[in-house]
Amino acid sequence: MGNLILKRLLLAVPSLIGVVIVTFLLTRALPGDPAAYFAGPAATAEAVEEIRVKLGLDQPLIVQFVRYIGDLSHGDLGSSLTTGQPVAAEIKRRLPASAELTLLGLLVSMAIAVPLGILAATQPGSLIDHACRVVTTAGVSLPVFFTGLILIYVFYYKLGWAPAPLGRLDIFFSPPPQVTGFYLIDSLIAGNGALFVASLKQLILPALTLGIFSLAPIARMTRASMLAVLSSDFVRSARASGLSSFTVVVTYAFRNAMLPVITTLGMVFSFLLGANVLVEKVFAWPGIGSFAVEALIASDFAPVQGFVLTMAIMYVALNLIIDILYGLIDPRMRLEA
Amino acid sequence: MTALAATVRHARYVMGENPVTGFAFALFVLIVIAAAFGPYLVPHDPFASDTIVALKPPSLRHWFGTDQLGRDVFSRVIVATRLDFFIAIASVVLVFLMGGLAGVAAGYFGGWTDRIVGRIADTIMAFPLFVLAMGIVAALGNTVQNIVIATAIVNFPLYARVARAEANVRREAGFVEAARLSGNSEFRIVGFHVLPNVFPILAVQMSLTMGYAILNAAGLSFIGLGVRPPTAEWGIMVAEGAAFIVSGEWWIALFPGAALMIAVFCFNLLGDGLRDIVDPRRRT
Repeated sequence: MGNLILKRLLLAVPSLIGVVIVTFLLTRALPGDPAAYFAGPAATAEAVEEIRVKLGLDQPLIVQFVRYIGDLSHGDLGSSLTTGQPVAAEIKRRLPASAELTLLGLLVSMAIAVPLGILAATQPGSLIDHACRVVTTAGVSLPVFFTGLILIYVFYYKLGWAPAPLGRLDIFFSPPPQVTGFYLIDSLIAGNGALFVASLKQLILPALTLGIFSLAPIARMTRASMLAVLSSDFVRSARASGLSSFTVVVTYAFRNAMLPVITTLGMVFSFLLGANVLVEKVFAWPGIGSFAVEALIASDFAPVQGFVLTMAIMYVALNLIIDILYGLIDPRMRLEA
Repeated sequence: MTALAATVRHARYVMGENPVTGFAFALFVLIVIAAAFGPYLVPHDPFASDTIVALKPPSLRHWFGTDQLGRDVFSRVIVATRLDFFIAIASVVLVFLMGGLAGVAAGYFGGWTDRIVGRIADTIMAFPLFVLAMGIVAALGNTVQNIVIATAIVNFPLYARVARAEANVRREAGFVEAARLSGNSEFRIVGFHVLPNVFPILAVQMSLTMGYAILNAAGLSFIGLGVRPPTAEWGIMVAEGAAFIVSGEWWIALFPGAALMIAVFCFNLLGDGLRDIVDPRRRT
C-alpha cells in the first residue's frame, strides 16, 4: 500500500512542475512591459527601471525562473498592487470560505446524483430514467451563474426563504472563533446553534448552485456503471441465491459500481473549482475566487497569478487523493502496485 | 457522390429515429439566422438608451423589457447571438487546428512528438479548466480574441487525445502502407491520407465542445473579462442584470441567460446527434 502511494506521489511531480512553469510563463506573457505593468500607470521611467531591477526582469529568463521558484518555496506569491498586502496571506485567509462552499457543493451533488443514477439504472426506460437523462443534459447546459441568479430570485426575492446573497454571514452575526475556518464546523465547536443555522442558510443557495452544475457527470457515471454491474455474473448469482433485491442492489452492486464514479470525481472537481469562481461572484462570497475576480477587474496581476497557482496545486492534490482513495477501495489496485 | 447520398440517407434515418436531433437542428438553424441577420431583424436599436423607459418589465412594445439604461433587451439578446456564436465557432476551429494537427502528428510519428504533445496536454489538464482560461485571458490581455484563444487552449487536450488515438490506429493501415510504397513523403501521408480519415471524428468533437466553448466564454465575460459594455453579449448582459435580480427586475438577466442556455442545450443535443450519424457504435 505504501508502495502505491509513493508511486502516485511520484506521478504528481511532473504535473506540479508543469503547473509552476505555466504560471511563471503567464506572468512573462503580460502584454507590454511587465515592469511598467507592475509599476502602475503613473510611474516615471526611473521608477519603472527600479521595479525592473527589483523584480529581476533585467535578468535572463532562466534566472528569473529560479528566483520565482525560490520565492514560491518561501510561500511568497508577491503583493497585490491595489492593497499592497501579500497575496499568500490573503489567499490563506480566504481559502476556508471557498473550500467550505466547494465541499458542500460536492456533497449536495453527490446526494442528488448518486440515488438518481442508481434508480435510473435499476429501472431502465422508466420515468425516473428519463428524468435522469433530462436532469443531466440540463445540468451541463445551465450556465452556473444563471442558475445562481434564478435561485436568488425565487428563494430570496419571491419566497423570502433565503437570506440576502451577501457573503458568508448576516451582518448581525460575528464569525465563530477560528478552528477549521469552516463556519459550519467552527460554530458547532463553539456550541453556537443560532450561528450554525445562520451560516447554513447563507451556504444553501450557493452550494445548491454548484451541486446542480456538477451533478451531471456523477449521475451519468453512476447510471452507466450501475447498469454494467447489475448485468454481471456475481449479481446474477446473488439474485439466484434468493437475496432480496435491496441487498443485491445496495450491498453487492452499489459498492462495485462506485469505483468508476470515484474516478470521475477528478473531472467533477475541475468543474467545481472553475464554477466556484462564478458562484462566488454571484453570491458575493468572500473566497479566493472573488479575490481573483476583483483583482482581475483592477488589472492587478499578482493575486490572479497566486489564485491560478493555488487552484492548480489544489487540483493536483485532489486528483492525487482520489487516486489513493481508489487504491484503498479497490484491492486489485493494491495487487498491481 | 454515392457516399454522400448514403450519409444523407443515414442522417435522415437518425433524425427520424431521434426527433430530438431534428428539434436541435431546427434550433440551430434559428441561431444561425439570428447570428447572420440579427441586426437587421430586431425591432429596436440595441444600443439606443432611453432613460424614460428604463427598467420596464416585458410588454408588447418591449418583448423582453428594458434594462437600466432603457435599452431593449430583446434586441440586445438577438444581436448578441452573432458575437457568442462567433466566439464559439472561432475557438472550436482554432482548437481543431491546434489539437487535431498535434494529436495526429503525435499518433502517427510517436516517439518524441508523442511525448511532447502528451506532456503539454497533461499540463493543461493539471489545471481546473476555467481557472486556467481566466489566467490566460488575464495574462494575454482583456480582449475577445484572447477569450477565443483561452477557450481553445483549455480544450486542447481533448482534441489532441482523440486525434492521437485515431491516428495511431491508422498508422499501419493498408491505405497508409500503399501511400508510403507509392513514394509519398511522411508529411504528405499525414496531411492527405491520415488527417482526412480522422476528420469526421474530430468534427463530432467540435460540435460536442461548442456548448462548452460558449459557456466558457460567457463565464469569462460574466466576471468582466474580454467583452466590455456596452457590447451586447449574453454573459455580460447576465452580469449587468445580476444587480437587479435582488430588487425583482428579473427580465434583464433572465432572457440573455435563457438564450445562452438554449444555445448550449442545442449544441449538446446536436453533438450527440452528429455522433450517431458519424459513428453509430458510440450511441448511448
